[in-house]
Amino acid sequence: MTTNPMHQFNIYRIGPEVNLGGIDISFTNASLFMMLSALTIMSLFFWGTRKKALVPTKIQLLAELSYTFISKMINETAGLKAKPYFPFIFTLFMFVLFCNMLGMLPYSFTVTSHIIVTFVLAASIFIGVTIIGFLKHGMGYLKLFVPSGVPLVLLPLIVIIEIISYLSRPVSLSVRLFANMMAGHTMLKVFGGFVVSLGIIGGWLPLSFTVALTGLEILIAFLQAYVFAILTCIYLNDALDLRH
Amino acid sequence: MELEAAKMIGAGLAAIALAGAGVGIGIIFGNYLSGAMRNPSAAQKQFPNLLLGFALAEATGLFGLVIALIILFAF
Repeated sequence: MTTNPMHQFNIYRIGPEVNLGGIDISFTNASLFMMLSALTIMSLFFWGTRKKALVPTKIQLLAELSYTFISKMINETAGLKAKPYFPFIFTLFMFVLFCNMLGMLPYSFTVTSHIIVTFVLAASIFIGVTIIGFLKHGMGYLKLFVPSGVPLVLLPLIVIIEIISYLSRPVSLSVRLFANMMAGHTMLKVFGGFVVSLGIIGGWLPLSFTVALTGLEILIAFLQAYVFAILTCIYLNDALDLRH
Repeated sequence: MELEAAKMIGAGLAAIALAGAGVGIGIIFGNYLSGAMRNPSAAQKQFPNLLLGFALAEATGLFGLVIALIILFAF
């Protein structure tokens, strides 16, 4: 059972079973790790912004660093008009980042390696961005699907392609994060299994591989959170000003 | 052919998608390096774009992996 690399993604119940109208809403390890990451973020910013010293402590530095990082990213990709959406994108980035990073701890559970979690995040972004676009431009938002400078003969085809690519945004956004997390953790488990099966003589090579892969996975965990946030910014930019 | 064997072959074929991702990541990093060698002062500014391109290229390969997993476990 423990040799199965997929075993780490099992969701099991913690505590009593709770049923609400036929829907199982009991507390699971996934909800535990979501709460843990939310609590970690909250305590980081609680301790980080408590003293507001001119010469920052390490925790304050971390809080300020993440703030300026996201603020700069939004400025570069979506401009000043996306400033009101800063809290949402910042929360999104920190939540995805901490879910990924807590998953890198041994024996922990990666929330973002389940497609339903990432799909809910991506679908809410998609619906929100579409609503913002229609509120901002009215029916003119549909011009997003009609790029300028396309010959009239090709236009019906291009419009269909644009609509399909717009509708596939939540799918690609969620599958990207989910597949990266799941593939990475499965790979780590497979290499960990090699260490055990090759024993004390041959096991050193996969062991060093596992160490290197853990480093790579930490990089990927950060990168995927960053890409998730930056793509949200790009979608938001599309909705805020119609350019193409 | 038995269904189980066909599933295995199909999942293996779906993993070929990772070849494209490898080519894409190589092109991105290679071009970034050659661009950075020509104009080192502009390299730092394009680093976020490099990471974005890397993640986007890697994801397309992982879509193939997802197809493989769907074939293996969902059917």
